[in-house]
Amino acid sequence: MHELSICRSVADIVARHAAGRRVTRVHLRVGALRQVVPATLVYCWELAHDGEPGTAVLAGSVLVVEAVPAGVRCRRCGAHSELAVPILRCAGCGTTDVVLVSGEEFLVTSFEVATDAVEA
Amino acid sequence: MGDHSGYRTGAERVEVLERILGENERVARANRAAFDAAGVTVVNLMSAPGAGKTTLLAETLRRLAPHRRIGVIEGDIETSLDADRLAGFGASIALVNTGNGFGGECHLDAPMIASALPRLPLAELDLVIIENVGNLVCPAEFAVGEDRRAMVFAVTEGEEKPLKYPVMFRSADLVLVNKTDLLPHLDFDTEAFRRNLDAVHPGVDVLAISARTGMGVNAWCDWLADPLGAPGAAPTR
Repeated sequence: MHELSICRSVADIVARHAAGRRVTRVHLRVGALRQVVPATLVYCWELAHDGEPGTAVLAGSVLVVEAVPAGVRCRRCGAHSELAVPILRCAGCGTTDVVLVSGEEFLVTSFEVATDAVEA
Repeated sequence: MGDHSGYRTGAERVEVLERILGENERVARANRAAFDAAGVTVVNLMSAPGAGKTTLLAETLRRLAPHRRIGVIEGDIETSLDADRLAGFGASIALVNTGNGFGGECHLDAPMIASALPRLPLAELDLVIIENVGNLVCPAEFAVGEDRRAMVFAVTEGEEKPLKYPVMFRSADLVLVNKTDLLPHLDFDTEAFRRNLDAVHPGVDVLAISARTGMGVNAWCDWLADPLGAPGAAPTR
């Protein structure tokens, strides 16, 4: 639902770092506890930068989303559990006394630029 | 990330590691600074469409506006219908229409709140309530500079909702369980709801209310009188 505005934020960040270089791929890291649909992000990506000022370097680029599972560490038994559902509970001993250690990531990690377009 | 390989063909990878919502977070911090400078407490009120935010807000203003100086930032996709319902209570209302051509945004973000600030007499206010766009998904992702988040959940929505929308339920400092006057007519399982809520947000404050009959609304107003004194959830980001 908010994937389009998220794509616009990504486009602004990448265009700023690209500084005029033509971008081919953009890599995101998105945690499972973010209510963001990776396929929708990919679908919205072209819409987000097509015709937007300052983002021409993104034309034709592809968005690649790395999904990070949600994980908790148990404060009681120390076990690490990967969550299949958004219930914060230790798979080892069943307690809810856990610390969230992954799943909230929401980052632009890197992008690739076409170096053949660069003038040294 | 130098460009020493200017004539080589192929691709070069540029590391960024930047938070996608970093710009929103920056503007949210600026909003917060403006609120703090004016001595205003800010509550972000969120819910699904039809949970009763506006009715609750009208009842809240009716009780509190005679005693406290209140501002409301009203988010709505296309209309001023909600803002119209809140007029006449003596509060300052700033409307933010999120419509932008093809349907409108599904949430308020920090820049939208920033754009509404000049329309509120912040220095003269004690409390600002932000009525977010009705939506259980998107508003939870966007900090706007609030001190606390409250969400309105209506018993008509069903007891499984915390499991379906865990991000929203986890981000709320207070969950208002509304429309409890309808419980005799529903199969709503209050115990199951509390178990589901506890599974996604252990220990969150819960208040049963009926905006229609007024049950619990005074307790909500008491919470609003000192939301920072109330035990808050750990910040999620």
